[in-house]
Amino acid sequence: MIPAAFAYARPTTVDEALEAIASGGEDVKVLAGGQSLIPVMRLRLAAPETVVDLTRVAGLRGVREEGDVLVIGAMTTHSDILADPLIAQYGQLIAQATETVADRQVRHRGTFGGALVHADPAGDLPAVALALDAEFVLVGPNGRRTVGAADFFVDYLTTTLEEGELLVEVRVPELAEADGWGVRYEKFNRVAQAWSIVAVAAAVRREGGRIAEARIGLTNMGTTPLRAGAAEAALAGADLSLEAVTAAAELAAEGTEPSSDLNAQGDYRQHLARVLTKRALTAAAGL
Amino acid sequence: MTQINVRVDGASYTDDVEPRTLLVHYLRETLGKVGTVVGCDTSNCGACTVHLDGEAVKSCTVLAVQADGSAVTTIEGIADGRTLHPMQKAFHEMHGLQCGFCTPGMIMASIDLVGDNPDPSDSEVREGIEGNLCRCTGYQNIVRAVQQAAAEMRGGEGRHAAPAGADAGAQA
Repeated sequence: MIPAAFAYARPTTVDEALEAIASGGEDVKVLAGGQSLIPVMRLRLAAPETVVDLTRVAGLRGVREEGDVLVIGAMTTHSDILADPLIAQYGQLIAQATETVADRQVRHRGTFGGALVHADPAGDLPAVALALDAEFVLVGPNGRRTVGAADFFVDYLTTTLEEGELLVEVRVPELAEADGWGVRYEKFNRVAQAWSIVAVAAAVRREGGRIAEARIGLTNMGTTPLRAGAAEAALAGADLSLEAVTAAAELAAEGTEPSSDLNAQGDYRQHLARVLTKRALTAAAGL
Repeated sequence: MTQINVRVDGASYTDDVEPRTLLVHYLRETLGKVGTVVGCDTSNCGACTVHLDGEAVKSCTVLAVQADGSAVTTIEGIADGRTLHPMQKAFHEMHGLQCGFCTPGMIMASIDLVGDNPDPSDSEVREGIEGNLCRCTGYQNIVRAVQQAAAEMRGGEGRHAAPAGADAGAQA
C-alpha cells in the first residue's frame, strides 16, 4: 500500500527541525531512518499530517568521545554503529545488540536514536540503553534537557519526549575491557528478521575474583525495557563463579509481568529471561 | 509535489513526486524500471532491494524524496551490456532461482554482502541475506551462487571485480 498524503519537511539544522515540528499541525511524525515509520504509514496505521525528515540535519550522525562517555548522534545508522571504532572498543554491548536488529538492508537505514524513540519493548536497543544507564539529550522549544534511561521509557511505544521535542544524542558510559568489563546480548527469536521474543543485555565488571557490578537489561518482558534488579543486587560483590551467576539468574524475572501473545505465554517469557540471563552473565563474566 | 534529482543506473532524472511516493513505485512506474519488484507489504521480503549510494536498501521502505541527490543502482544497472554481473551469472549457473521473483532483491543484497565480506562462509551468506525471502529454492543453491560469485569477484580482474566500487563511482 501507499501512505496517505502528507506534507514533507526536510530541515537542515536542529532549529529548522524544531520549527518544522512546531508548525506542522496536529499530527507530526519525525522521520529518522523510517524503517518502522514508513511500514506503519504504508499500512495506514499512521497517517501524519506532516513528516519531518531528519536525514539532512547536520551534526546528528556519528559517534564521538567525551572523557569516558560515548556520545552517539541520534541519526547514526545501525550500520554506522557496527563500523565505528569507538563502539568496537567501548560499546560492545551496543554492537552485539545492533547486529541482531532486523537485516542488513534495514540496518543501512535504521538509526540508533529512531529505535530508542520508537520504544518498542521488543526492540533490542532500549534494554541496552537502560542497562547502560544511558542519558538522552532532548532539544525542544524550551531548550535542552537530559533524561536518564530509567525515566525515558514510559510505556508501550511511549517515551518522555514531549510534543515538539527531538532526541539529538545519547550518552553512554564507556565499558572498557581493561577495567574488567565483559558484556553479552543474548536474543531469543525463531526466524530471520524477527523481533526478540525475549532478550537479555548483560554487562559485568570483574575485580579480583569477584563481580564488582552487574547490569542486566531485559527486552520484551513488559511494556518498557526493564532492569533485572534482584539479579543485579545478588551479584554485587559476589564470587566470580558459575554458582553465583546461576543463582542470580534464577531471580531475573522477579517482578516482571510479560505479556502473552502468539510467540509466547507470559510464564514462558519468564523462563526465557532466567535462561538467557544465565547465558548472558556466563559469557559476560568469562566463565 | 517535490522535485527530485536522482541518478538511476547511470542516467540522471529530474521529476516531481508526491512525498508519499515510495522509491520502488518511482522506479517502476515513473522510470519503468520494472526489474525491481514488490513482493510484500511489510518490508520483510527484500524483493525490492536496490543500492542507494552503494548500500542495499528496501526500496519499499524509502521515500522517493529521500533519494533526492543520490545514486540508485537497480538490478537493471549491473550487467555490462550483454555480459552479466558475476552475481547474475552465478545465480544462473548454480540454479539459484526457480520462479525468479525474489531474484532481483537476492542479487542486489548479495552484491552488498560480498562488498563487505568478500569470502563469506555458508552461515555468513545465510545471515547476510536474511532480509530476503525465497519461497521456492530452500536457499541451498542461492548460497552456492553467492559463494561462486564471491570467488569470481575476489579473483577477477574483469569489469565487475569491485561492484561496491562501481556503485561508489556512480555517486553524484
